Amino acid sequence: MTVKQYKQILSKPLLEENPITLQILGICSALAVTSNLSVTLVMCVALTSVVSFSNLFISIIRNYIPSSVRIIVQMTIIASLVIVVDELLKAYDYETSKKLSVFVGLIITNCIVMGRAEAFAMKEKPFVSFLDGLGNGLGYSIILIAVAVVRELFGAGTLMGYEILPLVSNGGWYPANNLLLLPPSSFILIGLMIWGIRAYKQDQIEPNEYKLSKHATAPDLTKRELNV
Amino acid sequence: MFEHYLSIFITTVFIENIALSVFLGMCTFIAISKKIDAAFGLGIAVIVVCLITVPLNNLIYNSILKEGALAWAGLPEANLEFVGLISYIGVIAAAVQILEMFLDKFVPALYNALGVFLPLITVNCAILGASLFMIEKDLKFGESVVYGLGAGVGWAMAIVVLAGIREKLKYSDIPDGLQGLGVTFLIVGLMSFGFMSFGGISL
Repeated sequence: MTVKQYKQILSKPLLEENPITLQILGICSALAVTSNLSVTLVMCVALTSVVSFSNLFISIIRNYIPSSVRIIVQMTIIASLVIVVDELLKAYDYETSKKLSVFVGLIITNCIVMGRAEAFAMKEKPFVSFLDGLGNGLGYSIILIAVAVVRELFGAGTLMGYEILPLVSNGGWYPANNLLLLPPSSFILIGLMIWGIRAYKQDQIEPNEYKLSKHATAPDLTKRELNV
Repeated sequence: MFEHYLSIFITTVFIENIALSVFLGMCTFIAISKKIDAAFGLGIAVIVVCLITVPLNNLIYNSILKEGALAWAGLPEANLEFVGLISYIGVIAAAVQILEMFLDKFVPALYNALGVFLPLITVNCAILGASLFMIEKDLKFGESVVYGLGAGVGWAMAIVVLAGIREKLKYSDIPDGLQGLGVTFLIVGLMSFGFMSFGGISL
């Protein structure tokens, strides 16, 4: 494979085939951990490393996995990687690990990881699979970081804990939008983000099952006379 | 005693609804909620699997993994909590597999109804999430049974409600880019805001 193809594998999941906005994968954690940018960054690093390494390892042993037990084998590899990440996080950044609580453990059932293992790593060579995992992890991270920036900046006036918009309560001018700090607001943000991406990438639009018919109007008598 | 269990149940179903307050199982929640029938089938499957796996994981945690739990075997200092994740997911995968075989053999009607959804459930984060929250809350065995049931019922209720809304929604005129996925996200957001109003209730 040429360098160009490698680049394509890495860059495609960023916008064109984004795991969150197009493939509806891995949304759970996208919603719950985005109220604070620094926590989100940790989560993104954790998920990106798990998905790229699980892709790498599964791809290395792909020819030795019997297809009847492949889900269990993939699960074991993914769960072991998540345990490593979890223990590392507990050892070096205990506070963030407390804030993420169960969501690090839930990377195991994050559909991006399973989905990429099943759809890509079981067929392709190790290095390419690693790149694919990295690309998908980054695609996930882009959406998460975008949501977290909006939520933290407009919800609390800070980014990574540094004050950007001085709040009214601290003598500044910006009245905080507390709605954005509530978890459901991330649904609305991702919904709008999907709208934005699909306005730009028209081919991602889902066709409507039922078309609205035009208003029925009275038959045009003048035309009928002409036809006769 | 009964009141205590009832309060756990109500709390898990409404106040800490696993789909709309903690946002777990979102992938299947959005993917399988186009039709009420399918949503209902998946909901029942989640209730059953939650009811089985949460108490099972509770037993495993309390009698094997917890610090000091292996004292009877002469290992009072053993703390196996770090293999927790891999054992919970193993238990879930095994339970789903056994349930599938059991239903196939003894209740074929139910197996045919749930058949497609059962394998999906292994990778549903609502199930693993329920087990992890159970560990975090440090529940006893009896409480974990109620918690598992509540988590399943809450999730099933949420997906059936969403499917109902989406069935009505397909007749409406939605802007092109928002069609399908986009508008579903907005609706789930609004539903979730609605469920936050339960948050003020204290039992």
